Amino acid sequence: MSTLPLSTSSPQHSRSRMIWQRIRRNPVSFAALCVIAIITLAAIFAPLIAPYMPDEPDAVAALQAPSRQHWLGADMYGRDLLSRIIFAARIDLSVAFAATACALAVGALAGAAVGYRGGWVDNIAMRGVDSIMAFPAFVLAMGITAALGNSTVNVAIAIAITQIPSYLRLIRGEMLRVREMEYADAARTVGNPTWRIVVVHLLPNCLPPLIVQSTLAMGFALLTMASLSFIGLGIQPPQSEWGVMTAEGAQQIVTGEWWLFLFPGLAIMITVLSFNLIGDGLRDLLDPRMRGIR
Amino acid sequence: MTPLLAISDLSVAFDSDAGEIKAVDHINFDIRRGEVVGLVGESGSGKSVTTLAILRLIPRPGRITSGRVHFDGIDLAALSENEMRHVRGARIAMISQTPRTALNPVIPVGRQVARLFMLHGRLSRKDAEKRTLDMLSMVRIPDPGRRAQQYAHQLSGGMCQRVMIAMALATSPQLLLADEPTTGLDASIAVHILDLLREMGKKTGAAILFITHDLGVVAEICDRVTVMHAGQVVESAPVRTIFHAPAHPYTRALIRSIPRLDREVAMEPIPGSVPSLLTPPPGCRYVERCGWADHCCWRARPPLDAIAPDHLLACYGYGNDRATD
Repeated sequence: MSTLPLSTSSPQHSRSRMIWQRIRRNPVSFAALCVIAIITLAAIFAPLIAPYMPDEPDAVAALQAPSRQHWLGADMYGRDLLSRIIFAARIDLSVAFAATACALAVGALAGAAVGYRGGWVDNIAMRGVDSIMAFPAFVLAMGITAALGNSTVNVAIAIAITQIPSYLRLIRGEMLRVREMEYADAARTVGNPTWRIVVVHLLPNCLPPLIVQSTLAMGFALLTMASLSFIGLGIQPPQSEWGVMTAEGAQQIVTGEWWLFLFPGLAIMITVLSFNLIGDGLRDLLDPRMRGIR
Repeated sequence: MTPLLAISDLSVAFDSDAGEIKAVDHINFDIRRGEVVGLVGESGSGKSVTTLAILRLIPRPGRITSGRVHFDGIDLAALSENEMRHVRGARIAMISQTPRTALNPVIPVGRQVARLFMLHGRLSRKDAEKRTLDMLSMVRIPDPGRRAQQYAHQLSGGMCQRVMIAMALATSPQLLLADEPTTGLDASIAVHILDLLREMGKKTGAAILFITHDLGVVAEICDRVTVMHAGQVVESAPVRTIFHAPAHPYTRALIRSIPRLDREVAMEPIPGSVPSLLTPPPGCRYVERCGWADHCCWRARPPLDAIAPDHLLACYGYGNDRATD
């Protein structure tokens, strides 16, 4: 057995290179990943990149069409649209990310717990999930923000609540599968406490579908937030937020200032689409049937 | 001296829609310190359930319905779940029959070994990693530093079993439960694994309960043998006695069913199969498959009695003129 050929590269190294190669092979998802990276960087460095301050009025520039001074035009107060879109990316991305992360953490832990425990606990949790899922997600989010009051934090909470059930159900199903695996038995026979078995030994085996789901959910969270803001229940003006800006722009459609709703709308569309494309790419990447292929 | 493990009157039942299935029925046997005991029987004879019962890990809907398991003088049934966790893995370790699937696929194998040192030995991560490499080279894994970073699917079956043995012995347990550790391996690797187990048992002083249906393996490594049939112990004796003077007709049938090349006798399969444990016959459970059976075998269960020093047997036929085949 000591004559096995030794490969020269370390396993981690070849593994990460393999993943990298597979990402490169899917050009659409790779492009989407680049788009999200650019938007994220733009959001982080907004004060450096944006040509104007987002809430700086300029009476001369009011309702100016896209021009050399204002690439994407200016709104009725003369605020530069490009700068507002860049600053809006901060709040859009961070709320979507916070909501998704919260939903992921709560849903995954609760799903893992009820899936591992099974029995009546599982039954009650699943009926609770069913009753939340019976509402259309957007209607539920509307109801929650209306009840909590529309602050930024409450919008994030509302979106998180609408997303928890899908994570919970997903992880619970995965847990039902992995808890019967022999490595679960093995973890029990060496005297691990239950929480360690669930969190350290089993949860990592449930991650691939969870990663895909959370990427898709990022897009959905963003869309929900923009929609809430569009109908006036989410982020409030004068905050720069893509949904708010689209709503403001929509009032100007009849007078012909098309850039005011088109560009924020495009920002929403491109971002959501990119998240979905990344999710699709990840699904292919993490598909166990694809794993052996090098 | 008290035995290391004393199982007395242990029963395990599984509740099913059709009724209670008595997978293990009032069994008794001992394991002494440092000895290798073979637990032999067909599939479904309750061998694996017995090991799970020792660790108190019978999956629902199964439960222990009677009996005591004394380990090193402690009544395991009386321990709290938390105390029991410190017995599992630390003082009684287990080796599974499918090493590859018993290793976690997303954790490098070295870290799985190291975690045991951290869990039971209370070592720091650094010390645990150092001990892990010692342990892996002790079970003769070549290039342990590199192997430790690999995942289960990157190792061969024999290599995975070596990792399992390293894990089982990591905490210097007093008892090792080996549930058909060579079943999934090809014959030449199996021999290496058996050698390794025997050697490691000697080195660490751990007793081994070796579960198998392969009597060839038993002859190879065990000191004593306990034969189970349909959830009951039918015979228990030193390994030489089992092979040279088997007393129970089931033991004899098992020995006759070993394929042999050195004799001109055909291998004889055992007639019938293990009886249903849902409604077992009231008498001896081997009665329907036995050539010796007479009316008293149908009526009452034969007790497990000593027919010689260190030789226990549950059969009415022994000593009669019936036992002449």
